[in-house]
Amino acid sequence: MSVTPQSLKTLSRAWEPMSYGFLDASAKREIRRKMIKAVAVPGCQMPYASREVPMARGWGTGGLQVSLTLIHPNMRIKVIDQGADDSVNAASIRHFLARVSGAPTTLDTLQADLIQSRHRIPEEKLNEAQILVLQVPNPEPLRPVQPNMSIARQMHADADYGRMWLQLYEQIVRSGRVMQGASYPSMVNGRHVMTPSPIPRWDVPKLNMAQHLTILSAGREKRIFAVPPYTRVEPLVFDDVPYKVEEHHDLTCSRSGAKGFFMNEIPQEDGSSAYELSDSGFGVKHIQQSTGDAVTFGKTWYENGEMAE
Amino acid sequence: MTLTLDAPRIVTTRPLVTLRDVTKTYGDVQAVTRVSAEVFPGEVLGIVGESGSGKSTLLRMMNLEDTPDSGSYTLDLPDVQGNLFELGRFARRMLCATKIGIVYQNPHLGLLMKHSSSGNVAERLLIAGERRFSVLRDKARAALAASEFPLERLDAPPIELSGGMQQRVQLAKAIALEPALLLLDEPTTGLDVSVQALVLDTLKRLQQDRNITMVIVSHDLGVIRTLADRVMVMRRGEVVEAGLVDQIFQDPQHPYTQQLVHAKL
Repeated sequence: MSVTPQSLKTLSRAWEPMSYGFLDASAKREIRRKMIKAVAVPGCQMPYASREVPMARGWGTGGLQVSLTLIHPNMRIKVIDQGADDSVNAASIRHFLARVSGAPTTLDTLQADLIQSRHRIPEEKLNEAQILVLQVPNPEPLRPVQPNMSIARQMHADADYGRMWLQLYEQIVRSGRVMQGASYPSMVNGRHVMTPSPIPRWDVPKLNMAQHLTILSAGREKRIFAVPPYTRVEPLVFDDVPYKVEEHHDLTCSRSGAKGFFMNEIPQEDGSSAYELSDSGFGVKHIQQSTGDAVTFGKTWYENGEMAE
Repeated sequence: MTLTLDAPRIVTTRPLVTLRDVTKTYGDVQAVTRVSAEVFPGEVLGIVGESGSGKSTLLRMMNLEDTPDSGSYTLDLPDVQGNLFELGRFARRMLCATKIGIVYQNPHLGLLMKHSSSGNVAERLLIAGERRFSVLRDKARAALAASEFPLERLDAPPIELSGGMQQRVQLAKAIALEPALLLLDEPTTGLDVSVQALVLDTLKRLQQDRNITMVIVSHDLGVIRTLADRVMVMRRGEVVEAGLVDQIFQDPQHPYTQQLVHAKL
């Protein structure tokens, strides 16, 4: 029996228009409902049926599904990955969102209506009209102290978070300080402890009483949770061991000259380190300003390296 | 009668612990049958019996880890009311964390083996709401010192400690919040004789210093004789004999108790 070779084109289905924003209506309805629940109970993880999207699990599928549900043609989208607009992942997601929704894109935080981000919150303050979607790899803050997820859910129900502090206690005992660099467990609205996704400690205070809505979504783990505007977000700390952010206050960006913001460390050949603004869009604005271009800066969360009131 | 340190320390007629008609079955097995008991403040009640007699099941129920088929359990404490078996999960957990301490035969059940010893003690304080690192540290150190744990190993994880040391960490954890009731499930089983004697000394001293009410389960009559004021003998889930420790050991009435005592002697 002879086998006729077939091309990928013949094996694939012909292209057909899909639902607006790629996801079908029932998927979007479910995600909308879960988002409303998540907003109603800040910090509480809501399960949802995470759909397949044309991207591997763990690459931001949770954030992408939320963005696809929220998106409309007049919404301006910004996508960042570790603060950068131009990383492969951020560029791919941005192009995909624009392609399936027709929505315009931007690199400027101030102009964006919807910001999907992995691991950073922009340095410029977001306002009440903006939505921040954070991609979350592991939504369960109790996982390191309670691997059994059924018991972890009971612990959330009972607000039984003693072991979270035990984890901090152990870090101080062993290392002399809290070693949790990212995903710092935080109490939301005085009730639920959440992981604020792997944002650095620098960014966690930005969530406290923020004007914008933050939606955190984990596609692989199928959980959505939210921090509504003007909600308390307090990192877990001992009363006598204060919360500390990364010591980037005195660092200066080698490209833009900006100082007092979160930096990426770039190792140099001579063994020293150079620093660059992690928020690339914000860095580009500083460079444009230095070359005489007219740019608009928004208010920033940090001023002179200190969290602004 | 003149009360001395070694005499029974029963100084009130109101029992701290009251168990009434507690019954527990596992499938067809009747683990505990209509057991009633009272433990008075400052008293040490010993429960003896062969393997499978229901003594550990009874202790687990007293620690609210297990619920009986029927029966009631009350603690005579100012803010604890009603049948404790009817409490919800969270109330049980908080009660056990603050009012009841337990030392298990197997330290793996009572300790986080890879956390520091002080962290194991601190966990109990954290559940009770303590949020000051310095206070946690001081109280953990004090509890471990009271259990005669070598403080130079304060932050060693239990997995690196000997069996006797692990039992001391369990004991420190159990007494950290000065519980009203301390439950001991075969606390010296598996330890060599010299370590066993040290642990028993520590328990006896703690009991005398702090006047803690204890219930100790053991199949070792020597341990019971050393620590307990009263003894309850269990067989096949039932209490066959109960009385003061001297009375039971010198003049056992039930054939099974006679067999136990003579086997030991």
